[in-house]
Amino acid sequence: MAGLWVIVVTFVVAMVLAIVPLSDAVPVELGYLRPQWVVLVLIYWVIALPQRVGIGVAWVVGLIVDVLLGSLLGQHAIAFIIVAYIASSLYQRLRMFSLWQQSMIVFAIIGLNQLIDFWIESIVGFGDWNVWYLLASVVSALLWPSVFLLLRYLRRQFNVT
Amino acid sequence: MLGYCILSIVLIAVDHMSGYLDDIRAGLTLLVTPILVAADIPAREVRQLEEIVNSRGEMQEYINILEQERLLLKTKTAKMAALTSENDRLRDLLGSAAKLQDNVLVAELIGVDPDPGKHEVTIDKGSRDGVFVGQPLLDAQGLMGQVVSISFFNSRVLLISDQSHFVPVQVSRTNLRLIAQGTGASSELELMHVQNTADIRVGDLLVSSGLGDRFPVGYPVGVVNKVEHDPGRPFAVVTALPSALLNRSRHVLLVFTEEELARAPEVIRNRKGD
Repeated sequence: MAGLWVIVVTFVVAMVLAIVPLSDAVPVELGYLRPQWVVLVLIYWVIALPQRVGIGVAWVVGLIVDVLLGSLLGQHAIAFIIVAYIASSLYQRLRMFSLWQQSMIVFAIIGLNQLIDFWIESIVGFGDWNVWYLLASVVSALLWPSVFLLLRYLRRQFNVT
Repeated sequence: MLGYCILSIVLIAVDHMSGYLDDIRAGLTLLVTPILVAADIPAREVRQLEEIVNSRGEMQEYINILEQERLLLKTKTAKMAALTSENDRLRDLLGSAAKLQDNVLVAELIGVDPDPGKHEVTIDKGSRDGVFVGQPLLDAQGLMGQVVSISFFNSRVLLISDQSHFVPVQVSRTNLRLIAQGTGASSELELMHVQNTADIRVGDLLVSSGLGDRFPVGYPVGVVNKVEHDPGRPFAVVTALPSALLNRSRHVLLVFTEEELARAPEVIRNRKGD
């Protein structure tokens, strides 16, 4: 159970980044560019420590995100467990990939996450889809290499196993 | 995996169709309050920095302006008191129950929904302060929205500009009753089902009509800024600019009407005095 706090802290920081308000000075549309920080961190830990961070953790994290965003309880939870499931079934292959190849997979996974999110919202009748929601997956994929390197550094530094 | 999936789907369904999970959500929100507070730190710091950077001269000037404004408002309030009592007396004569005697609680915005398509904000007052679901929220200029979920320390507010929000309004010039729908843009409300022959003009003030028992009567909602008669459509296209500064106000007011005050906890009733 070494370094549990590192995992917790990275998730908390990602959640803060996910809800921190934009300045009033910038147009609200910039919000579409906000990367899915929590999903990025989740994918990293699932690939790095699949025996510790799996579907259960993803579900709990998703539920917390639901509370933070005021969305339906379970909405992000179900999206996150599907993300964790895909990442954990691909982790051996993903570890072999170069960073940019990983980015492509991350793009697909986060795009799927966005679609599930919208799908649930439209079933219950709040959905207002526009294609800009997919921008988040592009930005997230572009950020993946730096997130990966940072989290790997933290994992090695604090010897999280 | 399957278990978690089913559990999530059940949660979504229950949360969507009933209020059973509201308490659980309130409890969980209490747990994550530190995250909500942490996310507000950057905005808070920037404001404090601005205060430090402002020069003494600017501050002095600002204080002068405020002082003048205060004097002006004070005289107005004095006149208002007389008018209010007169109005109450007249209403008593008419046997009407509606009185514009509301009490307010000042709250501060601590978060904004990161999704640009959703107009929801988080404020720093919750069930501890007597806030309740459905409570109207104002800023100094007009109606902002209503509380949709509460927890102990904070609550979430749906703004009138959200696409799922509708406010019953009336045109203050003609008393024409209408419904204003949010459009998803914070600078526009749309008036539904306005007849082509209706007496409505650009510049008309819309105030809350009090129908629907949710918002108190007579608070400004918006000003009509476009009236378009399209012969191809059954209704006129009328839009209004919200009076409240929906995306800029940081200090907001929660309204307690008289009956609600009677139900609210002791804390609020005591605070009413000051």
